[in-house]
Amino acid sequence: MTTTTTRPVPAPSRGGVRAVHLWVATGVLLVGSYLSLGIGAASSVGVADLFPPTADEWHILATSRIPRLAAVLLAGASLSVAGLIMQRITANRFVSPSTSGTVEAAVLGILIATMLFSSTSLVVKMLIAIVTAIAGTIVFLQMLQRIQHREGIVVALVGLMYGGVLAAITTFVAYQRDMVQYLDIWTTGSFSGILEGRYEPLYIVLVVGVIGYLFADRFTVIGMGESFATNLGLNYQRILYIGLIVVSVMAAVVVVVVGAIPFLGLIVPNVVTLLLGDNVKKVLPLTALAGAGFVLACDVVGRTAIHPYELPVATIAGGIGGVVFIWLILRSAKGASV
Amino acid sequence: MIRVRDVTHRYDKQVVLDEVGLTLPVGQLTSIVGANGAGKSTLLSVISRLIRPEQGTVFIDDLDVGTAGADAISKRLAVLRQDNRITARLSVIDLVRFGRFPYSKGRLTPEDHVVVEEALDYLDLQLFRDRYLDQLSGGQRQRAYIAMILAQDTDYILLDEPLNNLDMKHASSMMTLLRRAADELGKTIVLVLHDINFASCFSDHIVAMRDGKVVVQGTPAEIMQRETLREVFDMDIHVQDLHGMRLGIFWTTGAPVGPGPVVAAPADASGAELGTVSRA
Repeated sequence: MTTTTTRPVPAPSRGGVRAVHLWVATGVLLVGSYLSLGIGAASSVGVADLFPPTADEWHILATSRIPRLAAVLLAGASLSVAGLIMQRITANRFVSPSTSGTVEAAVLGILIATMLFSSTSLVVKMLIAIVTAIAGTIVFLQMLQRIQHREGIVVALVGLMYGGVLAAITTFVAYQRDMVQYLDIWTTGSFSGILEGRYEPLYIVLVVGVIGYLFADRFTVIGMGESFATNLGLNYQRILYIGLIVVSVMAAVVVVVVGAIPFLGLIVPNVVTLLLGDNVKKVLPLTALAGAGFVLACDVVGRTAIHPYELPVATIAGGIGGVVFIWLILRSAKGASV
Repeated sequence: MIRVRDVTHRYDKQVVLDEVGLTLPVGQLTSIVGANGAGKSTLLSVISRLIRPEQGTVFIDDLDVGTAGADAISKRLAVLRQDNRITARLSVIDLVRFGRFPYSKGRLTPEDHVVVEEALDYLDLQLFRDRYLDQLSGGQRQRAYIAMILAQDTDYILLDEPLNNLDMKHASSMMTLLRRAADELGKTIVLVLHDINFASCFSDHIVAMRDGKVVVQGTPAEIMQRETLREVFDMDIHVQDLHGMRLGIFWTTGAPVGPGPVVAAPADASGAELGTVSRA
């Protein structure tokens, strides 16, 4: 195959992700982000006041609304990308941080951190949550490797039950230490507590996200199976564990800062890959944008539905996500290629 | 040259490869045949470092498969197993581009693109280049995988049961294509095959295995003998010479089937057994 006939490099393929997808998604997200800055409990600051803001208005924007927007976008993007990577490296569409015990393990880690160190900083909580999330996900992967038909719905069932067991342990421990009321903060994701100075560690997900992107092709390759990956010169186990760490760090950081957002990592990558294919490198940027947009929409609905009070984003995302999850299961049960 | 030395491997104490020693010639098409459980696929996996044997060594030219990095081997030898269940919605072109991964690590150079296009041309896949793998027929999908293997541009190509799930027409054209790859591109091709007649008609060299051992190897003319086949398969297979093709008539024991019109399905157990063998 090394004949040296010169041939022009072919035009990019028609199907799949195109630049226009990314531009449109970015544009929609920017407009949505801008509009969302005009929403909040302080009704004196509306969309019309953003250009230019007065000193008071700028204070509200800088301490509350911009941090909140940043947290919404980062959390939405990172949980969706985490789900995308997880689904590919396990070659199963029903795997995501919230259907494999990753999130529950992170919550258990936060509880342990809070119990061990009375005045825990966000960073310490985060480190311990990352460790428990990685450990919890490794256990899930071990179970996965014992399941014969790894592409099916059984995997999601095992993951949900395993997450349930971890959550039960967490509740039991919290109950004994009289800390049950704190659990809600982590298990029900909400952006209402996001203020300047209390969310910045969330930017870690950007670094991890870049690492994930650099490994995107390798994740796609190991998703084709161990012998396929070995043939192309890749160490299957090593890439699997790199993926697992990327996913666990992303999920743990979001849980610590925002709390769990159920089904997000499941439905966003599923919808994106159903439309545009499973090549991780191609769909990762769009998955991040779509995830950010979805959470932004959920957050705006949560803030406006019962204004000036608000619904937690987890409630809205969980409601929509649950419905989409059921649709995905029914779709695969009908025999569509999962 | 592929050299296998003294390879032994077990699954759960069951010996599947028993001190196998073998040298496979360069630039030829070699078929490994034998009954189920003879150790063919395991041998192919050991040669291609997908399985690390308990004992023994494999050399690809000067490379020791046991110690050379997976990366170094991936530019010398390509292997395709039949256990790829496709769960990824990957387009044909993306799949074939992954064949360049050992060289480009995902960042394709203009030369990589040229090789990918040649592989698509060679397997007549240009029309399907943007289709997802799950939208292809079994034959087209198999060709897409072979295109990826060709894009990997290795001297050695190892395929485990490449005719699996292909109908007669696609099986025959797949073998023709592999024969061409050996003749035109100078590839060394090693196949695990179930159908001895495909092995006989398309191979330069046949390796026959039984119970984890290489029983006999040689040219198709040497292997396609009634006594030899009995030793390998434990079946009485009549061998017919048809214009130089040596064909094993394995559908009926010790064919030809007696006088008169085609006999009805045999009622005895041995007939039923033969039916399953011919399918495999």
